[in-house]
Amino acid sequence: MGRLAYLDHAATTPMRESAIAAMAPYLAEHYANPSGSHRFSRMARTAIDEARDDVADVLGCAPGEVVFTSGGTEGDNAAVFGAVRRHGGVAVCSAVEHHAVLHCVEHLHGEVVVADRFGLIDLAALKQTLERVAQRGERVAVVSVMAVNNEVGTITPIRDVARVVRGSAEHAVFHSDAVQAACWLDVRDIVAVTDVVSFSAHKFGGPKGMGVMVVKKGVTLEPLIMGGGQERDRRSGTSNVAGIVATAAALRETVTTREAEVVRVAELKRLLIEGICSQLPDVLETVPGVGTTETRPSARNIASTVPGVAHLCFADVESEALLFLLDEAGVCASAASACASGAMEPSHVLRAMGVPSRFAKGALRLSLGHTTTSDDVAHAVTAVVASVRRLRTTQ
Amino acid sequence: MKVLVAMSGGVDSSVAAAELRREGHDVVGVTMRLWGGESDTGCCSVSDVDDARRVAQQLRIDHLVFNFSEDFSTHVVDPYVDAHRAGTTPNPCIECNRHLKFDRLSQRARLLGFDAVATGHHARIERQPSGVWRVARGADAAKDQSYVVHMLDQRELAYTLFPVGHFTKAQVRERARELGLRTASKPDSQDVCFISKTGGRETFLGHRIPFRSARVVDESGKELGTVDAVEMITVGQRRGLRLPGGAPKQFVLDVDTERQTVVVGEESRLSRNDMHVGRVSWSHEPLPIGSEVMVQTSAHGATQPALLEEVDTNSVVVRWREAQRRVAPGQSVVFYDVTDRLVLAGGIAS
Repeated sequence: MGRLAYLDHAATTPMRESAIAAMAPYLAEHYANPSGSHRFSRMARTAIDEARDDVADVLGCAPGEVVFTSGGTEGDNAAVFGAVRRHGGVAVCSAVEHHAVLHCVEHLHGEVVVADRFGLIDLAALKQTLERVAQRGERVAVVSVMAVNNEVGTITPIRDVARVVRGSAEHAVFHSDAVQAACWLDVRDIVAVTDVVSFSAHKFGGPKGMGVMVVKKGVTLEPLIMGGGQERDRRSGTSNVAGIVATAAALRETVTTREAEVVRVAELKRLLIEGICSQLPDVLETVPGVGTTETRPSARNIASTVPGVAHLCFADVESEALLFLLDEAGVCASAASACASGAMEPSHVLRAMGVPSRFAKGALRLSLGHTTTSDDVAHAVTAVVASVRRLRTTQ
Repeated sequence: MKVLVAMSGGVDSSVAAAELRREGHDVVGVTMRLWGGESDTGCCSVSDVDDARRVAQQLRIDHLVFNFSEDFSTHVVDPYVDAHRAGTTPNPCIECNRHLKFDRLSQRARLLGFDAVATGHHARIERQPSGVWRVARGADAAKDQSYVVHMLDQRELAYTLFPVGHFTKAQVRERARELGLRTASKPDSQDVCFISKTGGRETFLGHRIPFRSARVVDESGKELGTVDAVEMITVGQRRGLRLPGGAPKQFVLDVDTERQTVVVGEESRLSRNDMHVGRVSWSHEPLPIGSEVMVQTSAHGATQPALLEEVDTNSVVVRWREAQRRVAPGQSVVFYDVTDRLVLAGGIAS
């Protein structure tokens, strides 16, 4: 097998060298537990304080609003369960949320608001839902709406959502899962209008098993994890110093290179989509809109998608079969999400968007990142076209 | 050959994969995800997928998981529920073989360029001098599974491999131990994969169909008692009828869900000289009327000789050489040749 064309960056992306370099000393050399009282601990403590300051600066919040977690899933769980347990009331989210939000809301018998064909939460429906909860005499504990959809790449105009939430549920905690946003958007805009935001380090070139939550001053959540009181009692557990330092470094590099990357990757995405769509009939570019190099999403009649996610639906093809052939051809991609057994589940996002089954069954997500080259794109175009043709003609 | 091996996480399919690898084939293992609900039995559950995957890793073959849960629902679970609603006693594992393993999976295998599909069933596939393919009983009579794979037609038989069919069960486990496979001493899964051990059939069905009570009567119509769920009663059943003791043992002779009546009588009243079998699948071509066959009516039951009295494309009437107990409607019936070795056809008792 030749070189792999890795087009699954939305699943995870390689760690940035600066992040690996930053974390190395904290593994076997400066390994102290930062919670200790000796000088060795103080060195480790300083490292995380500096990392926290750095992250706060990049995210546009105060250092005291930064909480380090084990990842996006933890952040999402902490926001939803934390708000409901602390304040009581109903959890609300969109139908296209990642399962790390959706399953929490469902578990709490919360409200799930419909999405439109772009994969955006229906604002009118959101308003109605919030009002309905109030009419029942209940309060809304948390409203969770993702900043960028991980399957199809749609960018939520988060300001518009904030307006509805503040207008119809002013005491609710407004949370946004921004796990797919850091590489492509100026996330300060998201942080500015929300109460809690979750990020995942391995999506922006940091280590797996690390995340960042922004919890705005004045917002209280019941901690998901209790214990030694780290992270100002918001998230106990010995700090993963190496992970934190790497996360800060990865985030800084991501933000520094973002504008150039957005342009570079948007062009690669265009070549990828055009390459495939020009050679195959019966392909749906799942989000019917315009790809964007804008980092501030605005237009409401056109949905913007991030440059990193190219989602297509092929009629008369099954995703599982397509991924198998792509794998044989050395192309790494994905479709929907895997369940505990490793099997693919039909996509709840595509269902919420109303994508016809004939196309939804043949969904493919090709996602690009900081190491994607034009060779990867060319290889992927060839493999996708050949595989789809083969599946459509074999009896 | 490029072979797709269905791996359930059990020792048989583990060794099947190992054998094919040993023979030098290009092997890929796959576990089908079929049931998404509650399950604690040993077939294709999440922990079974882990076992299958780890064995695949030990054998250095790729392991895939295919989600066929929609097909499973449509072709196995829903018909299982419907059959009970109608008062029949289905065999869902046979429907899984018919629609999933040797249909959906083999179609997917062909689509992906595989030359054959393999499973760990204890059965053999032989090609006769005439060129006709047949399922033959496995080497281990006690573990023979030819009964559950009887439905394969010529096209599927030419595409399927049963690598462990010529081993005894003991040899399979020995082989697994030699290879250090983690599934070597894993117990065989006996139960239906979507029925939990704790709740059982009653809980499963209870959530899906409204149970109706039934009167228990004798053949003259005299009422002897009642049962709570007519859908749970099977022809030939003796226990669970809540009949007063003392009398000679009563057996269920007939179940009528519509009239909510269960007819019971002494064992001799179950005796039949013939049997109607529907949904017949022929391995090759329909056999001529008058053909002698050996008939097996349960997974590990003894075969009995019979003649084919009437033959249609998908139904037959069988005349027993010696009267036999009525077979519960819904049960699978498999016809073997006179040597009781080769599968000729199979169907469902009506």
